[in-house]
Amino acid sequence: MSAATKQTRSAPLLAACATLVFAFIYLPIVVLVVYSFNRDGVGGFPPRHFTFDWYRQLFADSAIWDSVVNSLIVAAGAVALSLTLGLFAALALDRANFPGKSFFRRLVLLPLILPGIITGLSLLLFAVRISLDLSLITIFLGHGTALISVATTELFAGLQKMDRRQEEASLDLGATPWRTFWLVTLPNLKLSLIAAALLIFTLSMDEIAVTFFLYGREYTLPLEIWGRLRRGITPEINAISTLILVVSIILITVWYHLRTRSEHQ
Amino acid sequence: MYSRTYKLLVSLPPILWVTLFLLLPYSLMFLHSFWTVREGVILHHWNLDNYLTLFKNPLYVQVLLRTVRIAASVTILSVLLGYPLAYFLSFQAGPRKELLYQLVIVPLWVSYLVRGYAWKTILGSDGVLNGFLQYLHITHGPVSALLYSPFAVVLMLTHIYTPFVFLPIYASLEHIPRPLVEASQDLGASARKTFFRVVLPLSLPGLLAGATFAFVLSLGDFLAPLLVGGPSGTMIANLVQSLFGAAYDWPLGAAISVFILIITLSLLALTQRVEKRWSFE
Repeated sequence: MSAATKQTRSAPLLAACATLVFAFIYLPIVVLVVYSFNRDGVGGFPPRHFTFDWYRQLFADSAIWDSVVNSLIVAAGAVALSLTLGLFAALALDRANFPGKSFFRRLVLLPLILPGIITGLSLLLFAVRISLDLSLITIFLGHGTALISVATTELFAGLQKMDRRQEEASLDLGATPWRTFWLVTLPNLKLSLIAAALLIFTLSMDEIAVTFFLYGREYTLPLEIWGRLRRGITPEINAISTLILVVSIILITVWYHLRTRSEHQ
Repeated sequence: MYSRTYKLLVSLPPILWVTLFLLLPYSLMFLHSFWTVREGVILHHWNLDNYLTLFKNPLYVQVLLRTVRIAASVTILSVLLGYPLAYFLSFQAGPRKELLYQLVIVPLWVSYLVRGYAWKTILGSDGVLNGFLQYLHITHGPVSALLYSPFAVVLMLTHIYTPFVFLPIYASLEHIPRPLVEASQDLGASARKTFFRVVLPLSLPGLLAGATFAFVLSLGDFLAPLLVGGPSGTMIANLVQSLFGAAYDWPLGAAISVFILIITLSLLALTQRVEKRWSFE
């Protein structure tokens, strides 16, 4: 009992600290959203005159929506590529032993822990060397390859939690390894696969550090925003940022719930 | 239980892919760092001059030192913010724990650019903070020193990396067996003593992992300085970026990249050694 009283005694100060940190994390985001509805633009205090004008301007801005379409194409491709290779990589790390396995694991994870500029520039050097013109394809290859790290981590965690005996039973009962893969392994990984896809999609839509060195004539959404920031800030950027936040937060929340669900299975 | 063919089939595609699209590109970067450029042409003359330039040119040394200072500040601030948050969630949040945890995790993955932009609108001389200060009559004209300074870079990066630092600290706090903490208190140790003698030492691996991530990722950041740093906030990765761009000296840029890469990997290896239990999750 004494433990409980001692813990609660120091609680108010700690709770205040935690509240302040939460405020620090969320206040900039809240400010951004609030000013997207401010008629007089970004800045000034307090915000007055609520308006949807900036959203109207945003919806009529075709350059932004072109870049959104580009981002969607790249993200869809990146999800497909990194999920496929990440699934294989996770299976290999979980089940196969081969020389250089620990090197392979570190290499796959490297883009996750290295600053984006190093991965981006290395891929740029590679593209130049094989005379590949910079375009949405190089961005897709960059995202797809860098995000194998995320796919592998997520799917490896899923495999570790999987019940091996189901696969064993399937193989013992005469199903081919191929059939077992489609009918037992994949369905068991369903939640992990969907969760990984959502996370990778969000990260690809938001990516800028690697993309920065791989774009050609067509922009992704973050690049389009970046380009406009050089010309100054406008509430229209607050509006598109708000939409990005809403979509990202929804996707990440769904990812989080799928992940916790697969952990409790 | 899995056949040789199965193992081969699952291993080969990812091994080939990452060899071609990761190992080869990183190796190319490494090779470039030993080459040289003359009159706009990259010559394969093997030498170490690029690395020497990095340490001899006073401008580069100055930027390098500033980068280390910024990254260290971000690391310390993120730990100072992330640790109490993790401690509160792990020990005192009660039934709201799950929800609060989620509230920290979600922004971790949400757009770097959007969050950086938010700081730009807050700190600018016509920005929200200046408007707020004048509204309260604390200042009378706009304070322009907020944006475009190393301070702004530190603030923005701390905002981004605090959840990153929180995560491993929280994980290590959650792993501390509660009876250990109770035993310390029952045996008469004060709350302070329990924290410094039991909780803090047991959470050091998490703290170390978080701090390393914050330091390493700040060290190689080039977007925050461009967004909110201004000329006085230029960091080492900005030099790389300009060497690969307008300055057109890829070999020198590659050498600085390799230098960042080596520091990153050595620090991670060092922490791993201390932390010992590198698991995949």
